[in-house]
Amino acid sequence: MSSANPTYRLLIALVLAVVLIALDQRSRWVDPLRYVLGYLTAPVQYLAHLPVDAANGVMRLTETRTRLMESRERLERQVLILEQKVQRLAVLQAENTRLRELLNSSANLDASVLVAEIIGVDPDPNRQELVINKGLRDEVSQGQAVLDSEGLIGQVVETGPLSARVLLITDASHAMSVQVNRNGVRAILAGTGQGSRLRLLYVPDTADIREGDLLVSTGLGKLYPRGYPVARVVSVNHQSGASFSDIEARPTAHLDRVSHVLLVQSMEPVSAPDMETDGGDAGAGPADEADTEDADATE
Amino acid sequence: MRLNSERPAGTGVILVTLVVAALLEVVPLSDTFNWVRPEWMLLVLLYWVLSLPHRIGVLWGFMVGLYQDVLVGTTLGQWALAYALGAYFMQAAYKRMRVFPLLQQSAVVFLLVGSAQLLAFLIQESVGRTFYPPYTILYSTAASAVIWRPLCGVLRWVQLRFLVR
Repeated sequence: MSSANPTYRLLIALVLAVVLIALDQRSRWVDPLRYVLGYLTAPVQYLAHLPVDAANGVMRLTETRTRLMESRERLERQVLILEQKVQRLAVLQAENTRLRELLNSSANLDASVLVAEIIGVDPDPNRQELVINKGLRDEVSQGQAVLDSEGLIGQVVETGPLSARVLLITDASHAMSVQVNRNGVRAILAGTGQGSRLRLLYVPDTADIREGDLLVSTGLGKLYPRGYPVARVVSVNHQSGASFSDIEARPTAHLDRVSHVLLVQSMEPVSAPDMETDGGDAGAGPADEADTEDADATE
Repeated sequence: MRLNSERPAGTGVILVTLVVAALLEVVPLSDTFNWVRPEWMLLVLLYWVLSLPHRIGVLWGFMVGLYQDVLVGTTLGQWALAYALGAYFMQAAYKRMRVFPLLQQSAVVFLLVGSAQLLAFLIQESVGRTFYPPYTILYSTAASAVIWRPLCGVLRWVQLRFLVR
């Protein structure tokens, strides 16, 4: 066993590691290796999540009758409000489709949705990532947008067989295109590396952005579906002398509190006016295919 | 322990300890505790290199590191590189390490874990995925050095109980 010189072994290991790093950075050739190892790492992720699951189970068992009644009442009220909103939505959607037909542009409001549970958080404080319990086997693909009930959370950056990693919008390496819901001013929303803090980059001092403005995704860049709320502006500082103003925002999604997320696959992420598309069938297809697999919700 | 000429045994036990280390590596903690999370995988690996230097070495370091890479989602090869190097140095120093007093042993572990983490940090920096300054790795390195002795006790018990050699 120990006949080989450990220094040679080390050299081989070092060369191999450097090659792996280079390949992983520059190509997708090592993805199969990552995929295979994913079968071994996913069980550990699931196991690490078990105590949290168990605690939740115990909480559910010990919940009192009055608490349950209360929450049921609250949910019923919420359903009522949502149903009322949906009624209006149907009309608005039809109107929107008609108007878009007039403009000869395609409408892609809806997409297929998959519910996933968060089973892990990245232990490295340098990175803001989550692990979810759906992977390639559930047809999760790289680049899929991840949302919670309040807004956008991030995107899938890595898919294992049984789990996937989600890069949060607050990660320092993340940036996306957003627009102010009020007036359509576009800007780049970048993560800061700290939880629940975002910054708008390169916004001219004269841009009409105020505190409390809702920022929604534009769909430019073809990664995120268009029109989902992302963040709310919390402070705008005009600095005299600087060419850009300093704008801070807070994600609308509860990044640190969610336990279930929605994975959205936008069918055709292109949503800018497109002259080539035939307006006739626009919007009809994707809207019908919106199937929500909320098995967890009905339990 | 008996003679070294005996057949190696207990690979399964070593793997189980590594899986437990992996669990501790990803178990969710609050932000504050996240900073002082010891490098469990590396510590367990170092222990086995120290007690079975002819069996566990660079190759194990590389494989465990690769596993760690996929587990925590870093660039493939980042921890493999760091762990292989850590295992190599432990293999080179195991004779002295065994006779060192407690404090000195912890100091060596501090240096080994620290250099491995620094290496991993540099690689992560080069791919643009670091945010906090490099000295922040010192927290978990210090935690690793502190936890080394109790961990050794536990693993020693495991080793004798399940006859790993």
